[in-house]
Amino acid sequence: MTPRPREAVSGLRVYTLLLIAWLLLPVAVMIAFGFNDAHGKQNFRWEGFTLRWYAHLLDKGDLTTAVLNSLTIALLSTLVSTVIGTLAGIALGRHRFRGGGAANLVLLMAISCPEIVMGASLLSMFVTFGVPRGYPTVLAAHVMFSIAFVAVTVRARVARLDPAVEEAARDLGAGPWTRFRLVTLPMIRPGVVAGALLAFTLSVDDFVITGFTGGATVTFPLWIYGSTRTGTPPQVNVMGTLIFASGALIAVVVARRTAAAAGPQARDR
Amino acid sequence: MRRARGRFTPYLMILPGGLWLAAFFVVPMALMVSLSLQTGNLVDGFRQTFHWQNYTYALDTYRDAFLRSLWYGLLATAACAALSYPAAYWIAFRAGRHKSTYLVLLLLPYFVSYVLRTVSWKLVLTDNGPLLGPLRDHGILPQDFHVLDTGFAVVSGLTYNFLPFMVLPIYVALERIDPRLVEAAHDLYASRAQAFARVVLPLSLPGVLAGVIMTFAPASADYVNAEVLGGPRDTMVGNVIQAEYFDNGAYPVASALSFALMAVLLLGVFAYARALGARGARSVLDVAAGR
Repeated sequence: MTPRPREAVSGLRVYTLLLIAWLLLPVAVMIAFGFNDAHGKQNFRWEGFTLRWYAHLLDKGDLTTAVLNSLTIALLSTLVSTVIGTLAGIALGRHRFRGGGAANLVLLMAISCPEIVMGASLLSMFVTFGVPRGYPTVLAAHVMFSIAFVAVTVRARVARLDPAVEEAARDLGAGPWTRFRLVTLPMIRPGVVAGALLAFTLSVDDFVITGFTGGATVTFPLWIYGSTRTGTPPQVNVMGTLIFASGALIAVVVARRTAAAAGPQARDR
Repeated sequence: MRRARGRFTPYLMILPGGLWLAAFFVVPMALMVSLSLQTGNLVDGFRQTFHWQNYTYALDTYRDAFLRSLWYGLLATAACAALSYPAAYWIAFRAGRHKSTYLVLLLLPYFVSYVLRTVSWKLVLTDNGPLLGPLRDHGILPQDFHVLDTGFAVVSGLTYNFLPFMVLPIYVALERIDPRLVEAAHDLYASRAQAFARVVLPLSLPGVLAGVIMTFAPASADYVNAEVLGGPRDTMVGNVIQAEYFDNGAYPVASALSFALMAVLLLGVFAYARALGARGARSVLDVAAGR
């Protein structure tokens, strides 16, 4: 190797590290200002280190409610959409049937539709039918947009399965339910897990659609947005830090486990 | 009996999802289109009058915000592509066994809630904040230096928030390139620049194009960045739709604007896919689906 290309390469390395630093800057600020000994309503000048906000994390009752709403809505919608979406994904990935093309088109549209249009259309429906907006309407909306992502993720996995494995199970006398439980499900599990994680992330993070369908029900993102007008309290930073830390931890664990599981295959490539 | 059940199995499996999407996606869309042609007000209710003027009124009144959204979306998409490509390239080809570590580092910020991320940016960019405050106090920046409440702040916020939609497809496309192709190019006396321009870049283009589709539409339709980071002169169409629904109760006009926005974005994506050609569009979809 000549020295010049190596120089260019290390330039790219420095660039990548700078990009990562830029991306992490607001996160670092968020974490740091959870420890800020702020006294006024505003929390954007460093006033010294404190653990006060960690000790008084749950003092803002409506903030705690909002975080709990976010978590329960995400858990419930992930559960429902993973079951429904996995079924749809298997049907679309394995079978060719009338209406399958239309179903794929609806999935594509649901994924590519701008969130604000989705929110606006749901609001239009609830207004037209006089449905009061609240927790149930948010849940229905979250299940809706998660189904599409789960179905597409599972469909991609199913399409790559070798049908001979299931045929072999049938030849060995396994009924449909046994085949599904012992053969199909283990093979598509990575797709289902990925879909469920995606659904949870999308739900916990959703702001736009929840804003349009929530009425008086407030989730964590909506609470933060509302607080920007009067001054965001440091408890928000603390909550954000805790959610960030647990999310990052889960991601690392899942990444390590999939890397370990895919290890032998990955070496073949 | 058994055969008949087999034939209906896919329908049974897709039924719950299909019904859910019909009830909460397809029907609402139809109702929104219907509402966009109605007249009335919040107190007396709305009636279907096929009032097409809702559209001309909405697009006349809010033309600037509409065009600004597309322009900001375009700028943010271009910035995302320019920022993502070199990093994705380095990680895919040069990071060795630390590939996944760098990828996780790149995606780590996105474990912070979207709104909170944007609010943190506001904190960073505030005139008296932890970054700009000291710089101004020490005279490094002029006293009248602002970032917040400008179009630049909105576009950089969009770029920041939608970067993963660009990084991931580009990375996937680059990662799939067989390094032996690059070696072959070098064996045939291609310089590094030639090998990049004639082998790596064309093979990774589907990733960039998929990233453009996945970034442009959500960035143009966003209103959080404009609300948190922008000033009154940086309003995007999403802010207008939101205000028409919640502040003015002008549901028909807001519906008309939403539908127009979706139509423009979908037509744009469709025309773009057509311009790529059938083969191009398919490889873009393949990358987008992670295949």
